[in-house]
Amino acid sequence: MIEMFSAVNAALFDFTDYGELLVLVRNSIIAGAVLGIVGGLIGPFVMSRDLAFAVHGISELSFAGAAAALLLGINVVAGSIGGSLLAALIIGLLGNRARERNSIVGVMMPFGLGLGILFLALYEGRAANKFGLLTGQIVSVDNPQLGLLLVIGAIVVVGLVIMWRPLTFSSVDPDVARARAVPVTAISITFMVLLGLATAISIQIVGALLVLALLVTPAAAAMRVTASPLITPILSVVFAVVSVVGGIMLSLGGALPISPFVTTISFTIYLVCRLIGWQRDRSGASGRRVSTKPVAA
Amino acid sequence: MTERADPAASAVLETSKADTPVLSLRSATLAYGDRVLWKNLNLDVKPGEFLAVLGSNGTGKTSLLRAILGQQQLSSGSIELLGEPVRRGHRGIGYIPQQRLIEQGTPLRARDLVTLGINGHRWGLPVTGRRTRQQVDRVLASVGATSYANVPVATLSGGEQQRIRVGQAIASNPALLLCDEPLSSLDLNHQRVVSDLIDERRRAIGSAVVFVTHDINPVLDKVDRVLYLAGGRFRIGTPDEVLRSEVLSYMYNTPIEVIRTRGRVAVLGAPEGYGVHDHLEHHIDDRWQR
Repeated sequence: MIEMFSAVNAALFDFTDYGELLVLVRNSIIAGAVLGIVGGLIGPFVMSRDLAFAVHGISELSFAGAAAALLLGINVVAGSIGGSLLAALIIGLLGNRARERNSIVGVMMPFGLGLGILFLALYEGRAANKFGLLTGQIVSVDNPQLGLLLVIGAIVVVGLVIMWRPLTFSSVDPDVARARAVPVTAISITFMVLLGLATAISIQIVGALLVLALLVTPAAAAMRVTASPLITPILSVVFAVVSVVGGIMLSLGGALPISPFVTTISFTIYLVCRLIGWQRDRSGASGRRVSTKPVAA
Repeated sequence: MTERADPAASAVLETSKADTPVLSLRSATLAYGDRVLWKNLNLDVKPGEFLAVLGSNGTGKTSLLRAILGQQQLSSGSIELLGEPVRRGHRGIGYIPQQRLIEQGTPLRARDLVTLGINGHRWGLPVTGRRTRQQVDRVLASVGATSYANVPVATLSGGEQQRIRVGQAIASNPALLLCDEPLSSLDLNHQRVVSDLIDERRRAIGSAVVFVTHDINPVLDKVDRVLYLAGGRFRIGTPDEVLRSEVLSYMYNTPIEVIRTRGRVAVLGAPEGYGVHDHLEHHIDDRWQR
């Protein structure tokens, strides 16, 4: 019993030579921070556009793309971008209504996953590479790969910043935005492309199965505690960065993949935020100013 | 940068001053295959005029709105908005959609929704200058929403949300207010509040109002003219001219009785339960009331 416990403990935490390890994974930590920023910024839009399930679907096709790239011996990031852009565009072009979109995602997702598994089965390289695409990896981020992540991350962030306001408008109220001459359709397609890019680079760190922990959970947590359009993305970025970077740091101590750490941290943050939101609802602190005279209805 | 006057908005004001129509339909016809919704519709809506569009489901009320918004091609004829052919959306339009509750968790407060009505079409981050914020404060006060300005919009009741939507629509002083059944699913009390608000605001800023509704009663005392659509035919005129037994009987091609009593209109005998009906019987299940 005690033996088992210490074995688990050793697998989880072993912080001897931590300093040296940290140097080795410097790239991963930078990549993690960038992913946190990208995921945190795009997350609130994923939530308010009801795209959480779509993100899951995109990530499976992205996984298939990456697996194909691994098999063919080409750049894995390029492969996963190809897969996720394809998925994002299909969803963006065909799935205008939530129900339609969900069925498209539901059809595409198992197909993508199946393709990915096929490619991995054919691949004869290192097994760690295979598993990493699904559940995440840390030590594999080399300099060119980091460069690619930074460039793509920057594209997503700049794209979001440019269309932030009309994107907000068309996410909340597409009909009104359209009436006010906002190019709702073009914005929606562009957003799907950015989402595809964000998903593709997230897969490199947390793996296809756990992308939601980066693109959805932090935003969902932030939205439990605030409704300010300014504070929501800021909190969501902080939560996402803490989850990824914290997850990477913790996973250094043991032989486990990074993803359980990332998902556990982001889930814990979500729970805490829910608790705070619930507490606030109960105490009735909604921000409503109570007038002293009776309100004429 | 955000404080620059919107060129579209100032064009709106100039046009409003001159007495040229805000909206102008010429021989407008809309048909889906054999089914003619309306034919040779000629209509000018002047600044400050309140036009109610009435008709049962499937008579082309919503299609008319979509045509004005440039989202629906006419079969023939033309629509001009502020002297120009309609295009996809216009900054001179304020749009109040059908009441649809905003989803829980939407990261916006009431004031943010109103702000989108002023600058939601501009690129960039949602930073607003002092002047825009003051303008938003004034709009919130004018729709009586100051006390819940900073409340997450999704937690507001249906009636409160619809007030905010009116605020959003009028925030940029539009030349034309398009209202698509803005009172449906509101209780009687809020129907009155919201329609009073639309009426009061259009007088204050001189917007023309095109108000699509299946029930004229909440706005009967505010309406200047009625466009009544039925069976591929239409009638335009004051409520007294249009809402008469012989007019509607002709349009529906069946005997119809219009009863006007105590400032209300009831239509009896219209097909498919059409209703400029007395809605007192509805809203028993008043789920928006808090």
